[in-house]
Amino acid sequence: MLFPRLRYGLALFPLTLLGGCGMVVMDPSGDIASQQADLIIVSTLLMLIVIVPVIFLTFFFAWRYRKNNKAATYHPEWDHSTKLELVIWGVPLLIIIALGLITWISTHKLDPYRPLDRIDINQPLAADHKPLTVQVVSLDWKWLFIYPEQGVASVNELVTPIDTPIRFHITSADMMNSFYIPALAGQIYSMPGMQTTLNAVINDPGEYQGFSANYSGAGFSDMRFKYHGVSADKFDAWVQKAKQQGGTLNRPEYLELAQPSESTPVTYYNSVAPDLYHAILNRCVVEGKMCMDQMMMMGKGDGEMADGTMKHGEKQKHGDAPAEK
Amino acid sequence: MQDKTDLTSLIFGRLSLESIPYHEPILVVTFIIAALAGAAVFGFITYKGFWGALWRDWITSIDHKKIGIMYIIMAFIMLLRGFSDALMMRAQQAMAFGGSEGFLPPEHYDQLFTVHGVIMIFFVAMPMIVGIMNFVVPLQLGTRDVAFPFLNNFSFWMTAAGAGLVMVSLFVGEFGKTGWLAFPPLSGIEGSPGVGVDYYIWSLQIAGVGTLLSGVNFMVTIIKNRAPGMTLMRMPIFTWTALCTNILIVVSFPVLTVVLAMLSMDRMLGTHFFTNDMGGNMMMYVNLIWIWGHPEVYILILPAFGVFSEVVATFSGKRLFGYSSMVYATIVITVLSYLVWLHHFFTMGAGASVNAFFGITTMIISIPTGAKLFNWLFTMYRGRIRFELPMMWTVSFMVTFTLGGMTGVLLAVPPADFVLHNSLFLIAHFHNVIIGGVLFGMFAAINYWFPKAFGYKLDDYWGKWSFWLWTVGFYAAFMPLYVLGLMGVTRRMNHFDDGSLQIWFVIAAIGALLILGGIIASIIQFVVSYRRRDELRDHTGDVWNGRTLEWSTSSPPPQYNFAFTPVVYDNDSWTDMKKHGYERPREGFVPIHMPKNTAAGFVLAMIAAACGFGLIWHMWLLVGASFIGLIGGIIIHTFNYNRDYHIPAEDVTRIENERSQQLDRYA
Repeated sequence: MLFPRLRYGLALFPLTLLGGCGMVVMDPSGDIASQQADLIIVSTLLMLIVIVPVIFLTFFFAWRYRKNNKAATYHPEWDHSTKLELVIWGVPLLIIIALGLITWISTHKLDPYRPLDRIDINQPLAADHKPLTVQVVSLDWKWLFIYPEQGVASVNELVTPIDTPIRFHITSADMMNSFYIPALAGQIYSMPGMQTTLNAVINDPGEYQGFSANYSGAGFSDMRFKYHGVSADKFDAWVQKAKQQGGTLNRPEYLELAQPSESTPVTYYNSVAPDLYHAILNRCVVEGKMCMDQMMMMGKGDGEMADGTMKHGEKQKHGDAPAEK
Repeated sequence: MQDKTDLTSLIFGRLSLESIPYHEPILVVTFIIAALAGAAVFGFITYKGFWGALWRDWITSIDHKKIGIMYIIMAFIMLLRGFSDALMMRAQQAMAFGGSEGFLPPEHYDQLFTVHGVIMIFFVAMPMIVGIMNFVVPLQLGTRDVAFPFLNNFSFWMTAAGAGLVMVSLFVGEFGKTGWLAFPPLSGIEGSPGVGVDYYIWSLQIAGVGTLLSGVNFMVTIIKNRAPGMTLMRMPIFTWTALCTNILIVVSFPVLTVVLAMLSMDRMLGTHFFTNDMGGNMMMYVNLIWIWGHPEVYILILPAFGVFSEVVATFSGKRLFGYSSMVYATIVITVLSYLVWLHHFFTMGAGASVNAFFGITTMIISIPTGAKLFNWLFTMYRGRIRFELPMMWTVSFMVTFTLGGMTGVLLAVPPADFVLHNSLFLIAHFHNVIIGGVLFGMFAAINYWFPKAFGYKLDDYWGKWSFWLWTVGFYAAFMPLYVLGLMGVTRRMNHFDDGSLQIWFVIAAIGALLILGGIIASIIQFVVSYRRRDELRDHTGDVWNGRTLEWSTSSPPPQYNFAFTPVVYDNDSWTDMKKHGYERPREGFVPIHMPKNTAAGFVLAMIAAACGFGLIWHMWLLVGASFIGLIGGIIIHTFNYNRDYHIPAEDVTRIENERSQQLDRYA
């Protein structure tokens, strides 16, 4: 009796597995997102060990012990059984111990700050590999991507080579947003004056959706961009295209770009002021405004201010205020 | 702050004719309908000459039963408002595809999802549970009223004042466009310069006073006012969950008050708690508001768990299985609910160990919750289950809530949350537990205790319509949202590009219409029950063969609840009394000491509302005057020594004799 029903419960489950109707979260194209999808499946299966019996027993007891079924046993005073209590508390406890272990391990393994250790399940990665760095800035209501190594930037279009580790450094101009490309990896917030990091890799070439997953005001719904995973050659060609088509992105251009706008068209920049991202992160793009890292250095030691053009390296972790070393 | 300090701005502040949205056709029509309905109610009361009775018997009443009923009426009115917002959102999302912007511009739509969340949590779910607690807890304890009857009336009117401010925002100014928790920097003065966020802050601050005071009130009532013999471990489970909920309220609501006060200081006084510059940090706000916000969801669900425990035991005709394990599960949930707040923002960039810690504490809560489900199951086991309406809601809850619990644990796994956070999967999850848990619990409670409150049962036929439409409607409205979440669709979207999503939104909209049917059916249920009240009348006072003390009184109970305080020997005290051949006392009645009605609570709350309105619009004259009025009113009230009276023994004897004769007649 129990078995076919259990099977039926499991048979429903592939519904969620089917990427057929465009379930990008369950059928992504990047290694990190794939591991996250697997985790969803494993956790769900584990929980179904309790969920299926509970739902089945609810219906079964409701039917079996209905008032009109005089054949069923009636024990109005029965209200305790130590054995049953042990099972009631013990089985969920065991499942949560298992799920807790999975959680602890996977949370560390899939920590967005952690450098990748593999391209995909078959291609390990050396510890000292050099990822492609992309600096991401959420603006009202568009995305700015700065490629410091290539010296180009783009608005509302992100292109990276496949099978190459990418390291996103993410911040925001004024509002909190969330940087999310479901096909690539899980999301992380972009917050003004703070930097978050996401390490990811895309394995299949293609065009994917990226967007803000945290409401940030009137133009939020159109705060979307296309993400292209391409071959190394095509990536180089795209960089060249940006170099040829784009204008320059210095502080004045940035301040103009930062004005609220909706459905902003794709724009390229062939050169980016080298300290621009640092200035955005430290909220000092406007000429004459003191940078947050300078401000936080005030009163430290002999009170001398740090150099305004201080090189901005890997010192930020975990959304700390940028100046803290 | 003010450029000109002339008299006009002192009186009107930021309010001007432009603040009235008379150019919005939807709002104008809404206003006309609301005004007509208001005029009709006003006219009806005047025509029937009910004003005096309304004032004496309800508005100034400090009877916990009447206050409970008023809370529930308010919750129903606000449910209609909150649900209209939901219908409009569902309609917008079902039609805004492929270049169509739908019928709601972001300006309006963003207010809708904000006000929907605020109303449903603060002014539907909260008043509903506080209302049920008000009505039931003193009766279950065998006491005559709550510990602080005046405070109870004041709490209700403060909550009502907060709700009133939210309603006013519809026609005067605007509501917040920030989402229901108003995260800065969006809710800061630069992100939201208008009055919307101020409406949000002050309506919640005023209602929050009410909630906090009623939390204190019930905590003290349950600790101090139990009938003789009712040790903590003989307390009915609903009262246990009420105790835990009120402890949660008392500990968590001050955090909300403080965080909203800090936000309003940022907005009004130029402080920098949560601003982007000058050392402010919005992460602090997000942490603080969820330190309140997570216990809040347990504040809502625990009393619902209590209701199901009462209903399952009663309708299975059986003692509750695992009473003490149920109590400990409730306590464990109470404590753990403070240790999980960070799971609402795993994606904010905390380290892996922090995220994993909060993920695992969240999962641990599922153990006591699972134990409760099994306890209900084994209460049904070897019972004689009567499928009356409360029991039907309970079975529907057990299935629905189990699913919602599963998706909740899934969201507690941080790497899984990274792909599901802020998606429609999350929306589906929390509606799954709040509708399937809290709301179904409240419907079970209303169907269960309505005969106690009014002396007649609720109509079965329309109750079943309501039940089935809600249940089916819930699944139709929210299962598609799970699918959409897995398709990577995020929340709070105004319109969409991808046409392949539309079908799911259309199904969800149909689900919302089914729920509308459920709401209409339950309104019809009330009307039909009222008209058929003589057929549905219950003379016994114990319509369901109940197990706890509230069923030992008449339906409705007399003003003083119990002529003699009952003595308790068992946790199913009324079952125990029935089994041992309990006889009603027929003589020896003594005068009963009762608290007196007062207008103070209502008056103070209305002054508080005026003060809130002034703060929202920067009407400093009104703020000053109402603040002085508030403090003065409180001081004057403390000099009111005429607060109690005795119901004479003759009256008690008469009421009790009528009741005895009634029982003899229908025995």
